[in-house]
Amino acid sequence: MSKAPRMYIIIVGGGKVGFHLAKELVEASYEVLVIEQDPVQARAVADDLGDIVLEGDGCEASVHEKAGTRRANMLLAVTGDDEDNLVACQVAKQLFNVERTVARINNPKNEAFFRRLDEVDITVSATSAIMAHIEQGLPTTHHLIQLLELKGSGLELVEVRIPEESRVVGQSIKGILLPYQSMICLVVGPDGQPKVPAPDTVIYADDEVIAVTLHESEEQLREALMAPPPVRSF
Amino acid sequence: MGCGRVGATLAAELSNEGNSVLVLDTDPSAFRFLPEDFAGQTFVGNGLDMDVLERIGLREADAFVSATRGDNRNVMAAQMAKHVFGVKVVASRVFDPLREEMYRNMGLRTINPTRVQAKRLKKVVEAPSDEAANDIVAEFMRQEGG
Repeated sequence: MSKAPRMYIIIVGGGKVGFHLAKELVEASYEVLVIEQDPVQARAVADDLGDIVLEGDGCEASVHEKAGTRRANMLLAVTGDDEDNLVACQVAKQLFNVERTVARINNPKNEAFFRRLDEVDITVSATSAIMAHIEQGLPTTHHLIQLLELKGSGLELVEVRIPEESRVVGQSIKGILLPYQSMICLVVGPDGQPKVPAPDTVIYADDEVIAVTLHESEEQLREALMAPPPVRSF
Repeated sequence: MGCGRVGATLAAELSNEGNSVLVLDTDPSAFRFLPEDFAGQTFVGNGLDMDVLERIGLREADAFVSATRGDNRNVMAAQMAKHVFGVKVVASRVFDPLREEMYRNMGLRTINPTRVQAKRLKKVVEAPSDEAANDIVAEFMRQEGG
């Protein structure tokens, strides 16, 4: 019986996030190495998790030589400083060809910028995640919520709750004019029942509509699904 | 960005040549390195903060230089200036020779003072006499036009 080779994951930053990540990954039997610059912090992680800590600067090539970063499948840069997380990912990708890099975002305003760079595959921002929960929790948001960005294509997955006054209430999907490259993927009724949309599916007030759209078409899509019917003038 | 000795000297020189210069530093006491007759602007703020970069009007800038003591800060700010604010000319000081070369290959204008200074210091220490050493330093200054 052949077993898949064990994934080797490098974590840059042995603070709270790095420590708990390492712990979870070790428990899930991944091969893990934590790179931590501060000797006291490095020791603290090693005392708890054993000999999986390398004391050094996770942005320095010589440290990555020692860490064997070349054979790593993934690098998670999770320090409390965005500039260090960015450079760790860039060094890992550019000099050591690591397949996948994940950067922790401390200042949410940096997220879009990081995503634009080739060396950062995934960004994770606690602030953005919490904000998204707050926005989703609001009873009637009159805007569109971005759920997921499909990297590379410029497309994103968004959620819209259909307001009572919307022009699409009572209309079937084939009659709705959507912006370029936009598509309704799923309709969830107020009862929580998901429906795969067909041309004849009728949209009702309070339906949750999950759609795919281009980032630049967001506003047009919002208009198409949420705006009241145009006022007729004769 | 970064009003240390190098940043301040550069700012003063560019300003004296008639350019409109803004110097950014997180520490207001850093501006003491600027000459008293400095004609440019100073701004206290973090150059890694997009809001700060927006406020100082980076979008309209012709060039951006990052010269703080932190390599990572310098290259991150440079990439924000280039990719987010569309600044055409972006230059950074990077002390780590390997990182410097990497970012140069990625299309940033970078300079590594470590190698240059080590080479120069070697020449100075190997000079046969103090006078010869001073001559070598004078020659460095002459080459730089300073």
